[in-house]
Amino acid sequence: MDTEITLRVDGAAHPLTVDTRTTLLDALRERLRNTSPKKGCDHGQCGACTVLLDGRRVNSCLVLAVTVGDAEVTTSDGLAAGGQPHPLHRSFVERDAFQCGYCTPGQVCSAAGVIEEARAGWPSAVTADLTAADAELTDAEIRERMSGNLCRCAAYANIVPAVADVAQASGVRR
Amino acid sequence: MTTVDRVVGAGIDRIDGPAKVRGTAPYAYEHDPGEPIAHVALVQSTVNRGRITQLDPTRAEAMAGVLAVLTPANAPRLSGDLASDLPVLQSLDVHYQGQVVAVVVAETSEVAKAAVGEVSVEYAAEPPDVRLAVDRPDLYAPEKIMAGYETDSVIGDVDGALAAAAVTVDATYETPTQHNNPIEMHTSMARWDGDQLTMWDANQGPHNIVNDLVAGFALDGGHQVRIISPYVGGAFGSKAFTHPNQMVAAMAARVVGRTVVLELTRQQMFSLVGHRTPTIQRVRLGADPEGRLSAISHEVVEHTSRVNEFAEQTATPTRVLYAAPNRRTTHRLARLDVPPPTIMRAPGETPGMFALESAMDELAHELGIDPVELRIRNEPTEDPERHIPWSSRSLVQCLRTGAERFGWAGRDLRPGVRTDGRWLVGTGVAAATYPARRRKADCRISVAGTPAGPARYVVEIDGSDIGTGAWTALTQIAADALGVGMGDVELRIGDSRLPFAGGAGGSTGLASWGSAIVLTARELRRRLEDEYGGQVPPDGVTVDGGVPGPSPHAQERSMHSFGAHFVEVRVDADTGEVRVPRATSVYAAGTIVNAKTARSQFLGGFCMGLSMALHEESVQDEVHGHYANHDLAEYHVATNADIGEIDIAWLDEDDPYVNELGLKGIGEIGITGAAAAVANGYWHATCKRIRDLPITPDKYFR
Repeated sequence: MDTEITLRVDGAAHPLTVDTRTTLLDALRERLRNTSPKKGCDHGQCGACTVLLDGRRVNSCLVLAVTVGDAEVTTSDGLAAGGQPHPLHRSFVERDAFQCGYCTPGQVCSAAGVIEEARAGWPSAVTADLTAADAELTDAEIRERMSGNLCRCAAYANIVPAVADVAQASGVRR
Repeated sequence: MTTVDRVVGAGIDRIDGPAKVRGTAPYAYEHDPGEPIAHVALVQSTVNRGRITQLDPTRAEAMAGVLAVLTPANAPRLSGDLASDLPVLQSLDVHYQGQVVAVVVAETSEVAKAAVGEVSVEYAAEPPDVRLAVDRPDLYAPEKIMAGYETDSVIGDVDGALAAAAVTVDATYETPTQHNNPIEMHTSMARWDGDQLTMWDANQGPHNIVNDLVAGFALDGGHQVRIISPYVGGAFGSKAFTHPNQMVAAMAARVVGRTVVLELTRQQMFSLVGHRTPTIQRVRLGADPEGRLSAISHEVVEHTSRVNEFAEQTATPTRVLYAAPNRRTTHRLARLDVPPPTIMRAPGETPGMFALESAMDELAHELGIDPVELRIRNEPTEDPERHIPWSSRSLVQCLRTGAERFGWAGRDLRPGVRTDGRWLVGTGVAAATYPARRRKADCRISVAGTPAGPARYVVEIDGSDIGTGAWTALTQIAADALGVGMGDVELRIGDSRLPFAGGAGGSTGLASWGSAIVLTARELRRRLEDEYGGQVPPDGVTVDGGVPGPSPHAQERSMHSFGAHFVEVRVDADTGEVRVPRATSVYAAGTIVNAKTARSQFLGGFCMGLSMALHEESVQDEVHGHYANHDLAEYHVATNADIGEIDIAWLDEDDPYVNELGLKGIGEIGITGAAAAVANGYWHATCKRIRDLPITPDKYFR
């Protein structure tokens, strides 16, 4: 069954017709040809398709396009406001936080989500103080919070400082 | 030409980095073919061994949006002597579970996937034979093993030396089936324009794929096929050779007459694109009381499939690593009902080094000798089996440097005596090694003056960047060889229309492609000097060059890179959880072209070895023959939280024999020996010797 929807992606509204079975990931990649989010498993197991939905990170392969409504979808490409690289884009390149690059836009979106989650005080499985107003983004916290994004090239040890650099520069406790 | 600083050796940011982090670098599915793309989905066999008795596509064909259903009855006939499982839909026989038995082409991916469920297939199935064992009566010795090595090597009297040795180790090690699992699934987008095939494809070398398509579709030659692959989302061996995806995409595009795409699913990555064979390895070592080896025996049993012979060269590192007068290595295969195995990062060396380097650790314990010292005492002065000198060898320096960086000195030899709260703490060491090879590669460099600025050099070669950093490293090499800045070089790779190059594999990329660029650049500079007075002529100059194959010294010098891993292992005494909080790896691999991307290569290799040590195992159901854990939720790979502090270093090493750049290739050495280092550290922490990978928490309690 087809349904008419409007997706707001990276600051632009796109009216389109989707199958009700279409995931947000497939709507982006196959209908809008926005291939910044990647497909690595289609089952929410690898994180390559991570995008921000109203600023919160989601696996776009687990979201049906018809459920997105008016929420703003932001891909890694969309984080480059006005064509200017996002600080995470710069830090990932500077720290060589990727090799093949296929999981990377998902890592970048996930990292953007992690920094905001820490700022908002969301704890993780390794957070010691559950009452703090904001979370301290230690290396152990970054490792834990970024573990939903698999990197088969195993750039993990470079992803941690890439995220830490931006967290620190944006005033998140380290 | 003005003089510029050399850039080989510097840590340069990836030139493809800005596009990759934003997600705008086009991988296989992400190119624009200029027309709507039809989607392909696969019907796969649900039995492991047997024959299709009935296949009914009519319900699927009747679905709105379905363009075609290809079956063995109506699929285009493939010709030629296609190997392995490439003759897709050419027969009713089933050789492994997951084999392609029908193909759906539809307007959308949703319709294609739904239609797969509407194709009904019945089989006459036989029970599969999938169990690897050393007592199988049908084990056989292949004629050769991979990479052209002899199947067996026997020197001296191994059994006599073992019987006479003061100290011996006799142990059997097992490594499980593993799956490469690059994050980009194998994807092929194909279009025919008349008899011209264009394919945007995820592979490790476009030229590798062309010949199978020419053979399968009875084309006149490679000029009728163009494979385009500028960016590839990881491969680790699984994208080196042609797999069914390329054949299916080309067939489907021909049938529906428009562009189609086949993106394999993650689940299909476990049956259609290869795996690392499981191994059972018996290692016997004999030594005198001072630890000098008198005998080394390494006997390997591994599997291959009914449709291909894949003979992994598992014991070959044992032929080069240590001195011993009496030595034996053997490889035996069982032909099983399994999907075709293929290469996976350092095929052979990776499982083989787990066994050899675990056994050396066991021997060190038997002797009461420090395991670093034991390795140093057995350093060979020449290749111990070929009896030729090394082109360069720095294993001892790697061990010493690594020991110093890690803080190995004063280590207590006793296992199972250190605790930190609930944690049992140990440290382990293992060596690393990988051959240094060079392959044939062609190159073309064109230079033309530009009206506004300096001359622009276009460097063309069908190399691949599967995450290695080749885009950047080759640009560095070209800039130095041409004596210009990196910004004056435009590199073109990843397209079968470019001059021939072998794929990214065997750690040969920079050794082969880089050498081709250096020699071609040299010739271009000579011509500019001799014929144009050192000036770029208005019409430009184009030079073709390359390297013909292996180094001319390859028969007189033994060429290998070496390294050493040191790890700290912690095991939770209550849960059996294993952590590796820190590691040091030191390598000697000749010239390092890009200090930044090289570090990432070493790091990634080591971490994949750690993942092998602790997580990776494809479990094959012995009754039904499928891989039971065929997705990333159940086939575990290392995540961010699994990786601790990793110290990577390399030694300066000048090797004038290997190739024009003195580099040995670094894509694979990092994984070799890494799993043994972890297993050795685990033993030092716990007193438990785990000889069957992976070291999952349950093994602490058995």
